[in-house]
Amino acid sequence: MPPILSISGVEKHYDSGLTALGGVDLAVRRGEIFALLGPNGAGKTTLISIVCGTVTMSAGTVLVAGRNIVTDFRATRSTIGLVPQEIALDIFSTVWNTVQFSRGLFGRAPDPAYIEQLLRDLSLWDKRHSKTIELSGGMKRRVMIAKALSHEPELLFLDEPTAGVDVNLRRDMWALVRRLRDRGVTIVLTTHYIEEAEEMADRVGVIDKGRILLVEDTAALMEKMGKRRLMLELQQPMAAIPAELQGWPLELQSDGQRMVFTFDAHGEGTGIAALLKRLGELGIDIKDLETTRSSLEDIFVSLVERG
Amino acid sequence: MRGINLHGIWAIYRTEMQRALRTVWQSIATPVITTALYFVVFGAAIGSHMQQMGGVDYGAFIVPGLMMLTILTQSISNASIAIYFPKFTGTLFEILSAPLSAFEAVVAYVGAAATKSIGIGLIILVTATFFVDLEIRHPFWMLGFLAITSVAFSLFGFIIGIWAKSFEQLAIIPSLVVTPLTFLGGAFYSIDMLAQPWRTISLFNPVVYLVSGFRWSFHGVGDVSVAASLAFMTGFMAICLAILWWMFRTGYRLKP
Ligand SMILES: Nc1ncnc2c1ncn2[C@@H]1O[C@H](COP(=O)(O)OP(=O)(O)OP(=O)(O)O)[C@@H](O)[C@H]1O
Ligand SMILES: [Mg+2]
Repeated sequence: MPPILSISGVEKHYDSGLTALGGVDLAVRRGEIFALLGPNGAGKTTLISIVCGTVTMSAGTVLVAGRNIVTDFRATRSTIGLVPQEIALDIFSTVWNTVQFSRGLFGRAPDPAYIEQLLRDLSLWDKRHSKTIELSGGMKRRVMIAKALSHEPELLFLDEPTAGVDVNLRRDMWALVRRLRDRGVTIVLTTHYIEEAEEMADRVGVIDKGRILLVEDTAALMEKMGKRRLMLELQQPMAAIPAELQGWPLELQSDGQRMVFTFDAHGEGTGIAALLKRLGELGIDIKDLETTRSSLEDIFVSLVERG
Repeated sequence: MRGINLHGIWAIYRTEMQRALRTVWQSIATPVITTALYFVVFGAAIGSHMQQMGGVDYGAFIVPGLMMLTILTQSISNASIAIYFPKFTGTLFEILSAPLSAFEAVVAYVGAAATKSIGIGLIILVTATFFVDLEIRHPFWMLGFLAITSVAFSLFGFIIGIWAKSFEQLAIIPSLVVTPLTFLGGAFYSIDMLAQPWRTISLFNPVVYLVSGFRWSFHGVGDVSVAASLAFMTGFMAICLAILWWMFRTGYRLKP
């Protein structure tokens, strides 16, 4: 079976002269949750927009379930759902009407029972007769999702689904994405947050400056990149790491007031307990401690260093 | 897959028509009041000095011109706002991402705009019968002209809506070009009344052909031949379709 989405050599040069995508190759497998991870301006939205047909590509080929998105746009687009980054709704329409409109627009016969279930799943049923302009931001985002799912797509794009969303909605969103995946829907989402990619995705693609830097299983990526650090604020500053601690991945910072221990969060045991015990034995007192993890920026830095 | 996305066309057409029906009283009241005003001003005030025009009562004479004036402005404004507004609010992304061809989108939007114009034209016609005795010589031609003009100028409005980058640009063509051309195009007089060179110059005004053909379907006489009117309308529609085809093919001001 061909990949549900296959992108090869896709470039986008905007009229302004800016190159948003400089030759992207990517394949998304049927049934997976794929996270496209990258900083602002990386080209995530541009890439998604090209696949969905709202931006014209400058070069390259995109196949959805083996069909070309340009020559066979009817077949491909009717299987795609898109929740864009920005909320855009017909403010005069009611929730029910706008969702029904989307289903029709994508070529499907009306199915009130399906739309009812959809609105119930998204906690929008009570609001079905409300005008979209009367809804809160989070509700509007749910309506955008309902519209994107109205025609029962096989491939769903979520462009930053959790940006500016409260904890409840974020959790709902994640639960919904998993339910959809269980039903066989393939999901491509974009995010800035490494935690979100880690939490949600089966595989992660990292994109920066219009190029895909790597594509990997989430677990493998986190193992490789997901270094964590334990920061120990010392009671007494230290000039050098004591000889007894040679062999531990330690370094000193802030004129010897802080000791930093780098460990692998996904390894067999982090070594924290052993380290603390050893420090106790050596009589090294600790004022405070804190752990941090690699940020997206660290990952980029290490990718660029490796590349 | 089916050949045509009928559900998609219907979804757009229906939503557009619902928008009009929500303000149905406004949609009806405006043309009725405007028509009544025109009859008071032109029919009663001027008409009392000018009983006949081309062998027809002045009141009856201005009906086709009055209908044309409203149909042109309504078609353009309805169709241009229908596409400009989604562009402005960002909801256009959904139309662009739907399995809908350019032709289908045009059929839906232009179809809805033209339907509204035809409705308004007929409302004016009915209103007019309260003021004047009206005889329509060629009713089928009359409906034909009504329909073709509504479609042609809805296409034109659709082009303006895609082209416009601001509400000012949206308003500029109708108010600066179409309304003056209509007033100078013999809506309220016969261009035979004009002295040279204005008569010849008027023949370069496209609206003369519209009004003339329409007036012929009412009274059996027009300023130019019916064939010339028909040829003009067909040509105008063909040009609009060609421009639209190009706009959708290149994504001009529709998508980056
Ligand atoms: N319509 C446009 N015209 C010109 N340049 C554009 C256009 N849309 C996007 N760009 C530029 O293309 C680059 C990629 O933008 P894009 O929106 O794809 O990034 P992104 O990865 O989605 O960023 P974010 O995380 O901020 O949403 C940016 O530099 C942006 O300024
Ligand atoms: Mg984006």
